[in-house]
Amino acid sequence: MKRDTAADMLAFALLLFGALCMIGPFIWMIATSLKPVAEQYDGRLIPITPTSENYPRLFEIIPMHLLLWNSFKIAAIATFGQLLTCSMAGFIFAVVRFPFRNVIFVILLVTLMVPGQVTAIPQFVIFKFLGLYGTQAPLYLPAFLGGAFGTFLMRQYFLTIPIELAEAARIDGASLARIFFTIYLPLAKPALAAFAIFAFMFSWNDLFNALIYLPSNLEKTTLTVGLALFQTQYSGQWPLMMAASLISVAPIIIVFFLAQRHFISGISMSGLK
Amino acid sequence: MGNLRPMGLERWWVLVFLAPTLVGLFVGAFGSIFASVGISFTDWDLLTPPTPAGFSNYAGLPDDRLFMRSLVNTLAFAGLYVPLTVAISLFVAIGLNRSIPGLSFFRVAFFLPTVSSPTAVGLLWTWIYAQDNGVLNNMITAMGGDPVRWLSRDVALYSVVIVNVWGAIGGGMIIFLAGLQAIPKDYYEVAALDGATAWQRLWFITLPALAPSMFFQMVLTTINAFQAFDYIYILTRTGNGNSTMPTLVFSIYRNGFRFFRMGDAAAQAVVLSAMIMVLTVIYFRLQKKWGGQP
Repeated sequence: MKRDTAADMLAFALLLFGALCMIGPFIWMIATSLKPVAEQYDGRLIPITPTSENYPRLFEIIPMHLLLWNSFKIAAIATFGQLLTCSMAGFIFAVVRFPFRNVIFVILLVTLMVPGQVTAIPQFVIFKFLGLYGTQAPLYLPAFLGGAFGTFLMRQYFLTIPIELAEAARIDGASLARIFFTIYLPLAKPALAAFAIFAFMFSWNDLFNALIYLPSNLEKTTLTVGLALFQTQYSGQWPLMMAASLISVAPIIIVFFLAQRHFISGISMSGLK
Repeated sequence: MGNLRPMGLERWWVLVFLAPTLVGLFVGAFGSIFASVGISFTDWDLLTPPTPAGFSNYAGLPDDRLFMRSLVNTLAFAGLYVPLTVAISLFVAIGLNRSIPGLSFFRVAFFLPTVSSPTAVGLLWTWIYAQDNGVLNNMITAMGGDPVRWLSRDVALYSVVIVNVWGAIGGGMIIFLAGLQAIPKDYYEVAALDGATAWQRLWFITLPALAPSMFFQMVLTTINAFQAFDYIYILTRTGNGNSTMPTLVFSIYRNGFRFFRMGDAAAQAVVLSAMIMVLTVIYFRLQKKWGGQP
């Protein structure tokens, strides 16, 4: 027993050190964002004259409100598209028997291994010829074509709903669409919440696609591209840059704190079996 | 699994519900693969019609200095990133699986980097790595050392690996925690009765039971390693749009979407996918030898 206590203490100490390495940079981000530019190099953690002036200044020098709105809009539409199409497909895979069901499902899972860059090139060609290069559409339209991750997640959850519910409703004459919208979808709220957080975060944090389709137009582009442009234009003004960084991580971190359990169950659901 | 057999009108509903996914699957994913291979055999700037190029885009790769540097960097990056991420997140998960005070605090702390935008956090790390008066160099000079050029050509690989591992521990930790919690408690009780030490329990029960999670995590981390882009773009981009540590995805991005050399970019994307495929097959082979079940 004695040995276990010692091991617990050692584990605790190591974890504490690790946790500090994880959180430390964020604390440094917040601290720097509250410093006047004159104090940025003083090496102190706590600002001598703390100020919030960097935040309003940020909104003056770049259209921060537009960037935030664009990122939010694109992420919200993409999340809706993913929730809708992935849960529809997940429902069919979980409930209905149809030819080649298992083959198609396995092929779908294999696409998890196809690197995004391979799809990016033909997709770019298509959007360019559709005249959608330089618009936001390429950033949310693909979300309406389902996806392996979400379909798998929703299917796993729908499988836990007793099939007798669907069978009984069907005998009463309910259509598949009705069974889906009135029985399965309301029962799947926890899985939908977990997946929604992921889909939103994925879109909100996306840099690669935004760089490809909206590389320079600050009126239309996302927060991530805005930050990358900001980085080159205001290099050396760390308090401003840290304020911008904090604004772009804050929404996701707040949602993460509020919905921690959904987050973590989402990852473990995707990771097992 | 549900086995409702669709009848009459229901068949249409099945088709409607599956249509987006099927289009995404066969046009999006598989169509893209064929299209990428096709484009890789052409020279195409998207302004003039594509001209057939045969194998020249592939044959030219060994002479492409950006590509060759990217290839070496990507392999070196994966060689460091994959084992470090898997090992550290495994240790963290094993630590968190004990009855330790502040469990939920630790879970949040380790997970925080995983949910944060790599672009924003990348900016934060450029500040930490800054040559003049960055936190790291301040610490080093305070201890009497010479400042390090963290993001220069010679050192960038290690600096970038540190940030990427830092950002990936949380995800791996959750997968391992789920795997750990699925191990029946009786195993440990029986082992304790037989007088097994903590090390023996770790070595003979925990690690074998975690083999499936480890396998899954290795595959996932390797795929991520070959696709790493965000942190690298933010941390290593130079004034002229180049990088002090270009990776394959960076090279694809630059050729395809900056210079609009679609043929070259497609050839590199095909090479990248082939590498990922070969590695995944090797993992699956190894796993069969081990005898674990996925």
